Amino acid sequence: MNDRARDELKPVINESGIEVKPLYTAADVEASGGLDMVGQPGEYPFTRGIHRLMYRKQPWTMRQYAGFGNPADTNQRFKYLIANGQTGLNVAFDLPTQIGLDSDDPQAEGEIGRVGMSVDTLRDFEVAFDGIDLDRITVSLTINGAAAILIAMYLAMAEKRGYDVRKLRGTAQNDILKEFIGRGTWVFPVEPSIRLVGDTIEYCAEHAPKYSPVSVCGYHIRESGANPAQEMAYAFCIAKAYADEVIRRGLHIDEFAGRLSYNFNIFGNIFEQVCKFRAGRGLWAKIMKEEYKAEKPGSMWLRMIAAGGGGGLTFEQPEVNIVRGAYYALISALSGTQTMALCSYDEAYTIPTEYSARISLRTMQLLIEEMGLTETVDPLAGSWYVETLTNQMRQKMEEIMAEVDAQGGIVKLVAEGAIQARVSAQAYQMQRDIESGKFRKVGVNCYRNEQEEDHPVEFHPYQEEDARQQIAALGRIRAERDQPRVDQALARLSADAAAGRNVMPALVEAVKAYATVGEMTGEMVKVFGRYQEPIRF
Amino acid sequence: MTQRRIKVLLAKPGLDGHDQGAKVVVRALMDAGMEVIYTGLRQTPEAVARMALDEDVDVIALSSLAGSHLPFCAKLKPLLEANQLQDKLWLIGGNLPAQDHDALRALGFAGIFPTGSRLDAIVDYIREHVK
Repeated sequence: MNDRARDELKPVINESGIEVKPLYTAADVEASGGLDMVGQPGEYPFTRGIHRLMYRKQPWTMRQYAGFGNPADTNQRFKYLIANGQTGLNVAFDLPTQIGLDSDDPQAEGEIGRVGMSVDTLRDFEVAFDGIDLDRITVSLTINGAAAILIAMYLAMAEKRGYDVRKLRGTAQNDILKEFIGRGTWVFPVEPSIRLVGDTIEYCAEHAPKYSPVSVCGYHIRESGANPAQEMAYAFCIAKAYADEVIRRGLHIDEFAGRLSYNFNIFGNIFEQVCKFRAGRGLWAKIMKEEYKAEKPGSMWLRMIAAGGGGGLTFEQPEVNIVRGAYYALISALSGTQTMALCSYDEAYTIPTEYSARISLRTMQLLIEEMGLTETVDPLAGSWYVETLTNQMRQKMEEIMAEVDAQGGIVKLVAEGAIQARVSAQAYQMQRDIESGKFRKVGVNCYRNEQEEDHPVEFHPYQEEDARQQIAALGRIRAERDQPRVDQALARLSADAAAGRNVMPALVEAVKAYATVGEMTGEMVKVFGRYQEPIRF
Repeated sequence: MTQRRIKVLLAKPGLDGHDQGAKVVVRALMDAGMEVIYTGLRQTPEAVARMALDEDVDVIALSSLAGSHLPFCAKLKPLLEANQLQDKLWLIGGNLPAQDHDALRALGFAGIFPTGSRLDAIVDYIREHVK
């Protein structure tokens, strides 16, 4: 046998565990289930896209992740990105804010403003979004453990500036179940955490019906070691858990499902990723229609940000990440996403500088302006390979979801640490495969530079002075605010949490009184307790 | 007489939630026959020092990805020394810019494994340096 014949026989299995053939024909499409799930864009089952004209009518929103230091610094970065053509904001918060600590909490020392913007009170949101038109620029808050508080804060800030909250658009990440699997900014135990997600969905359905209170994240589950089919399947299981929580309260699926959104990852094999998105759209529509009896098309839409790609970028030869990022952006455009954000090439080193954030923005703009990615809807449809793999990916996701249900459901598996153990075992195997050269990474296990050059990465500096200013500003607010009003609002929050009432009205009241993130979190911790991480290998 | 298994405390310092790398290293050390105590997220310097003492470990390892490694290690060093743990092997891995390596060494962290380090390099280093 010659080398060529041997290569053709060597099996190729994609990350999701599906064998990839050297050639596809119409017979493969037929054998994988045919074209029944393809349909037309804008029509059930939405495999080809949730809108009829997709990017021909409006390109994807560009929403680079940004935030650092104090709110005034972040406000400047927001304005820089908007001036460079960014069409939405994606706010990064520092770790103390993300887990509900105030800047003057001893545990926050050294972490204030480090990986995102620091927020203690409503005043910080007033500064951060000053001069930004919230009708024109939609804002996504990357917040989970403290999400209910920050959603309340965002709505209060918008109202104070004269916006009609009933028409206000925007998104909060607010996906706590994935925080237990990866990312780790949990606060409360699993059950009350799900209850809080339910509170935000229920509250927004009534008071802020255009606001998207949850963005379910396959993204971080993938970063933690899940393969692409698991990424989407686990995300659907999580979204169903939130939907079930809200339905238990008496809402109909069509009253809130249209405001659920998703966040998925884009690194990996181009075809596997694109088919993941096409398959996921069809599967989610089917779940909503058949299982949940949704009637509104909007309830069946897999609205998403397809973004990031950090897990695919490398520490070695970081400038090559600019090229990887361009391919990831291509995947995202071919996937039919509503919103795109790209990890910057210096992701493995630091939070993005203005320079690296601008390169990411230009990468997405190239696809729109020069490469023709917005001209035709779902351009890969009809390819025998793409349609076959779309069917296979959907079947794979259904198998994984059935397996989760058979094992007791996603909430139980996350609470026990079973999902965490599964994806971390896979991450370990992947690392071994990369180190052995079995899974190829350019610059890491092949095409290495013998002499690693000095990397052209500029570090975003950490400013101790920002932290001091933030603590001083918090001290002034504590001294100036109407303390009896704060105490009263916090007492109501505590009572509502204990009585099982929706805490959002109390949070909005407390936020408006300039209660701090740490005070509000503290009241809820007294009632709900704190999460204890299951350690399981 | 069989040699005592090397015992490692692997801690996630501060508020950083990135634990994928730490858990991968735990598995690599376990596969290499070591006994590993993984702390989970959000450990204070006091908690790390207490566990290191209570568990009588040979190696104290930190995994830090969110940039607060220098202030954390500066607080941890005197606590480890106060507990007579200065002769143990102190390691740190994660997102550690080259410009910080001298400062980390000065704080007593002899083994520095930035992103991109190989698992076998960590295992070999521990085997070679545990007294």
